[in-house]
Amino acid sequence: MTAPAVVVRDVAKVYRRFLHKNQFKTLKSALLRGSLLSDLRPDQTFIALDGVSFEVPAGATFGVIGENGSGKSTLLKLIAGITKPTTGELHVNGRLSALIELGAGFHPEISGRENVVINGIMLGLTRREVDERFDEIVAFAELERFIDAPVKTYSSGMYMRLGFAVAIHVDPDVLLIDEVLAVGDEAFTRKCLDKVGEFRRRGKTIVLVTHSLGLVEKMCDDALWLRHGRVADRGDPKRVVDAYLTYVAGGEEALLTREHGQPAAAPAAAESMTPAAPDEAPGYRQGRWGSREVEITGVRLLDDHGQERHVYVPGETLSIVLDVRSAGPVEDFVFGVGVFTADGVSAYGTNTHLEDFVPTRLAGKGEVRLVFQDLRLVEGTYLLDVAAHRRDGTPYDYHRGLYSFRVKSRIKDVGVYRPPHRWEFSGGIGMAAPEPRGELDLHAEEAPAADEAEGAET
Amino acid sequence: MTALAQLRTLFRYRLLIHSLVGRELKARYRGSVLGFFWSFVNPLLLLLTYGLVFTYMLPVAKSAKAEPYFVFLFCGILPWTWFNASLLESSGVLIAGGNLIKKVLFPAEVLPVVTVLANLVQFLLGLPVLFAVLALAGRLAPSALLLGAPLLVQLVLTLGLALLISALTVHFRDIQNILSHVLHLWFFATPVLYLYDETPRALKQLLRLNPMTHVVYSYQQVLFEGRFDHGRGLLLAGLAAVLVFALGAFLFDRLRDTLAEEV
Repeated sequence: MTAPAVVVRDVAKVYRRFLHKNQFKTLKSALLRGSLLSDLRPDQTFIALDGVSFEVPAGATFGVIGENGSGKSTLLKLIAGITKPTTGELHVNGRLSALIELGAGFHPEISGRENVVINGIMLGLTRREVDERFDEIVAFAELERFIDAPVKTYSSGMYMRLGFAVAIHVDPDVLLIDEVLAVGDEAFTRKCLDKVGEFRRRGKTIVLVTHSLGLVEKMCDDALWLRHGRVADRGDPKRVVDAYLTYVAGGEEALLTREHGQPAAAPAAAESMTPAAPDEAPGYRQGRWGSREVEITGVRLLDDHGQERHVYVPGETLSIVLDVRSAGPVEDFVFGVGVFTADGVSAYGTNTHLEDFVPTRLAGKGEVRLVFQDLRLVEGTYLLDVAAHRRDGTPYDYHRGLYSFRVKSRIKDVGVYRPPHRWEFSGGIGMAAPEPRGELDLHAEEAPAADEAEGAET
Repeated sequence: MTALAQLRTLFRYRLLIHSLVGRELKARYRGSVLGFFWSFVNPLLLLLTYGLVFTYMLPVAKSAKAEPYFVFLFCGILPWTWFNASLLESSGVLIAGGNLIKKVLFPAEVLPVVTVLANLVQFLLGLPVLFAVLALAGRLAPSALLLGAPLLVQLVLTLGLALLISALTVHFRDIQNILSHVLHLWFFATPVLYLYDETPRALKQLLRLNPMTHVVYSYQQVLFEGRFDHGRGLLLAGLAAVLVFALGAFLFDRLRDTLAEEV
């Protein structure tokens, strides 16, 4: 067991693109000059992986993370042997099974039973091995009642379950998993994870490509972060995931700032790559209406340092600042703010009228500030409505969903609101306390991977 | 030698090929009323069409040697159907099986081979019908046992062409469109509808260059005429078939790494 299960040495993969117009040309010229092979030349190249080297020790569970398009799936295909590296070397020791697309080899017209047999053989089993494992496979997929029906009548969940069941029963030494654990219902996902856990205990090697960072932290012994086809970081999963999250938060910050239409006054948060945002994009006023007797000229989201930011962690302070202006004096006015989830559910809404403020006078410029001292929202993207209107609701200036911010959290609790809470256990309940880990730190000054930031949440 | 390596791969995957051929045949007629009978009905209908056209509508001058014409026609059309269908299907087989090539570690050459073999099984299923017809016409001779010789040559030739076409079509989708026309022309350039013996000398020189001429002519001799004296011609066609197979295997191997990216 000393030899590494997977060896990747200085591997690069260059994809070539052929333009259709030129392809026709090449066929013609190839036929005319009889130089078919030499004419198969690309018009464009795309470097999917560049100088990637690592080893996966036998028996390790190895996580690969990275953004979309960072080369994760290409890497997996290379390890699986489906494509060959352009340069570099790659070895796998032992029998390999790849869960890249479940049920990829199924034929819709024939029964589940026949498909299991053929799929098993395709994945490298002998006929006898398939027969031996058949009942187990069907039981695992929970398809006993439907196994003789043609696969085309299966729901997509059934299809995936059967595909997973076959692939996992190949019993490989090295198992490659590409983001397929998210299929099926909760119960089946858990079952898949149990099966993967069983693989780990039996000392098999697993390479896991996933966007589920929690899974990487929980299951992997070792993690690799790919960025633009290169290894950005490798090592302890917690540290790598932290570094990755910090990086992603920086990227999202930049993105939301751009959407927001206003550049941050100074490059704000952690490794912020905030580019100069473009001027108000056309169509920006789509969600805006009102008489403009009172106008909201600017909206800023500030953190507790007064820095403009669009990514927050729960527990931070978020101030929503409205710059308002009125041409003449106005005596009937209300300011309001609404927070909505990305799917349009109201998370919270309030206005000065509801909270019994009595307007007296507004003339010229002013600033309205609503401070959420302790942002107790769960992870997600939130949209903002801000408005100035009369007490009867007639709008002066209503901005609907024009601003957004994001809440990031390591705790993947669900819902909208996270009430302050704690767990208590007594009696015969043994429960180890969670490792103290702070919320993700978005501030520039501190080290990005600091594990002991802020107060522990739960 | 690439061709030998190819053969080894195919042998290693024989179990898979076996199951895929079975699946292909099962899936082919699933859901149709006649089911497996289509394997017999298809060549019969084709035979009927050509027979009617060339007996009643376009009665071409043919010698008494080709009588009864329907029987003569059957001996050539059945193997041609195998050839024709194999090549047409193999042109699309890698694209249709793209999922397998892209997502499963899967030797791509299995797919065109399965296509050829599935059609071979169809051909073999048609043979009892052909023998019955020959028996009815009083033409069933011991020479029919030599059937294996042209069959083997045709198998090697078809496999080679299927490898070639399937791999090239991935890069040049045009082939899918051109192929049916090429095969149409090829059909008329093969003595299926007419007697090879009685074609004019000049034309004969040309037909001789077509390996399928020798294959079909051999079928006609052993089945219809009850004799076989075309051994030399068939042997040369066999050599050509081996060359085509070697070329197909070589080209497929060269293009193999690009297949997963292009389909």
